[in-house]
Amino acid sequence: MSKIFDANEQPLVDVRHLKQYFNINVGPLRSKPLKAVDDVSFTIRKGETLGLVGESGCGKTTVGRSILHLYQPTDGEVEFAGKLIRSKADIHELRKKATMVFQDPYSSLNPRMTVSDIIGEPLDIHKMYRNKAEREERILELMERVGLNSEHASRYAHEFSGGQRQRIGIARALALRPDFIVCDEPVSALDVSIQAQVINMFVELQEQMGLTYLFIAHDILVVRHISDRIAVMYLGKMVELADAAVIYDQPLHPYTRSLMSAVPQPDPKIARANRRIVLSGDIPSPLNAPSGCPFRTRCPHAAPCCAESMPEFKEVASGHFVACHRVNEL
Amino acid sequence: MSTEPLLKVRDLHTSFFTPAGEVKAVNGVSFNLDRGKVLGIVGESGSGKSVTAYSIMQILASTGKIVSGSIKLDGQELVNAGESVMKTVRGNKISIIFQDPMTSLNPTYTIGHQLIEAIMLHTDRNKKEAWDRAVEMLQLVNVNEPQKRMKQYPYEFSGGMRQRVMIAMALACEPDILIADEPTTALDVTIQAQILELMRSLQEQLGMAIIMITHDLGVVAQMCDEVIVMYAGSICEQGTADEIFYNPKHEYTKGLMRSIPTADTAGSKLHPITGTPIDLLNMPSGCPFAPRCDNAMKICIKERCERMRLNEYHFSACWMNVKDGMGQASDAEQTEKGGGTK
Repeated sequence: MSKIFDANEQPLVDVRHLKQYFNINVGPLRSKPLKAVDDVSFTIRKGETLGLVGESGCGKTTVGRSILHLYQPTDGEVEFAGKLIRSKADIHELRKKATMVFQDPYSSLNPRMTVSDIIGEPLDIHKMYRNKAEREERILELMERVGLNSEHASRYAHEFSGGQRQRIGIARALALRPDFIVCDEPVSALDVSIQAQVINMFVELQEQMGLTYLFIAHDILVVRHISDRIAVMYLGKMVELADAAVIYDQPLHPYTRSLMSAVPQPDPKIARANRRIVLSGDIPSPLNAPSGCPFRTRCPHAAPCCAESMPEFKEVASGHFVACHRVNEL
Repeated sequence: MSTEPLLKVRDLHTSFFTPAGEVKAVNGVSFNLDRGKVLGIVGESGSGKSVTAYSIMQILASTGKIVSGSIKLDGQELVNAGESVMKTVRGNKISIIFQDPMTSLNPTYTIGHQLIEAIMLHTDRNKKEAWDRAVEMLQLVNVNEPQKRMKQYPYEFSGGMRQRVMIAMALACEPDILIADEPTTALDVTIQAQILELMRSLQEQLGMAIIMITHDLGVVAQMCDEVIVMYAGSICEQGTADEIFYNPKHEYTKGLMRSIPTADTAGSKLHPITGTPIDLLNMPSGCPFAPRCDNAMKICIKERCERMRLNEYHFSACWMNVKDGMGQASDAEQTEKGGGTK
């Protein structure tokens, strides 16, 4: 499948210094910014799958939502297909071309709507059809495309299994013929055997329709399978970004290294031989993020300089970005 | 060491009696667990892996009932033994930890209170001794500043820390068996690695047997000596971890192994198992996996395959093995010897 990208081609999604803060009440009349995403920059090329991994609370979902402007970003710029997203009209246009598949196929589908209305809703909002018949036809076509029986269009979501519900969610995301889909943990809620069906469908849809994905997941083996490049986040910062194979086999950032070594390998011999780098302690609260590098409190290589300033997210090899003060010494 | 297994489960049937009908959640499960071994039970949601564990502990929901079968702990029959016997078993001899450490602790009591309560219930220590024991247990599971942590409430603990507290509580009375029901599913990867490492080292230190229930084959590969693969309430395949991973002999296990993404599958298609899991209310008479099996034969749909011994370490219930001439022992012999691998 290995895709070839033109380095000079303009990226489809260009995120520059994105910041997303939420004000959290910490006491009576006192609030504090929670820096869910703090100065994150990356690009996604057309037809590419960028995997985004990290542990809960690291801001990966927020990145996906901020790109789609489901939140108004605190600061930074998002450029989509060469166009900077600024006004409400821009956002409206963006949402025709960029859609989302959610994690939980149980809570992301309205239980009071039929499948046909769920899939048809984006078409209604953006008035993408001339008449009822055209709308109907498009819905049935979408259902067949994601492997659902089109005779079930008048059923409700609760009549479907988890895997089928996720297909409904994918059909809804495809309804507007988007270029870009943010997939937020789309297979985490599914059983292993169903997960493989849905992953294959994402790959096939990409091949057929030239889709671009931001694939957010915590399961590193799934992300490794589907992604061209992988970005790793920790406490609101992006710490490493490189080709999927490089991130998986030759990670440079100490956090990525421990994350990759912690992946439970489904192979007893590898698992027994594997030298895991087990991190001590827990992820700090994003409300009390450490000074300097956010990872320094758990980092086995932390030095005094790590407490002083946030390391720059810089390119250390072609296409390989790392934010670590000591990257050259490790 | 006696040759008698620590835990011997034979032909266990557990059903839930719902308004829609009888749900046969566990349908004829047999296995042995030897002292100091780690047994993994893998399967998808609804395969009956948790219900098997809850049946051993007899903590089923009110609609659930052990219909037939035998569960022997050190030779003592637990099925129909009565609540007074079970009270001496739970916590003392078999402990369980659950998936969600967030909801397993009572938010209105301190960690210390809950640990002491568990210790005083099962031993005749007084409060002071129980406190010391609780601190000792927290140290054992690597909780820093245990004296201070004892006075804190669950909300002051992170997910990984709460699971450590649950492990401390489960091990406080030195049980022979620890049942871990998806102990790391709710945790992040790096925290999962910490907890698995901790369980491994505690197991070596204290020598208890562990039943590890999980859907994650990676966790099984890392932790388990023996593996049971369940589908729709019955065991498809059982054997040592190496046999199951490198020499799977049931079509479902093979499908499961093929469908997981690994570093080598990048850029290629996965091989998913087609179809959806079976409806436990409408179980077919044949092999429960037959409707999804690519190699299903006529006999698979008609008749359920009994468990067959393939070698000393490996059992499978798949007609494909008969076709290949591999099932050697008769059913009677296997039931006698059980599923234990030494």
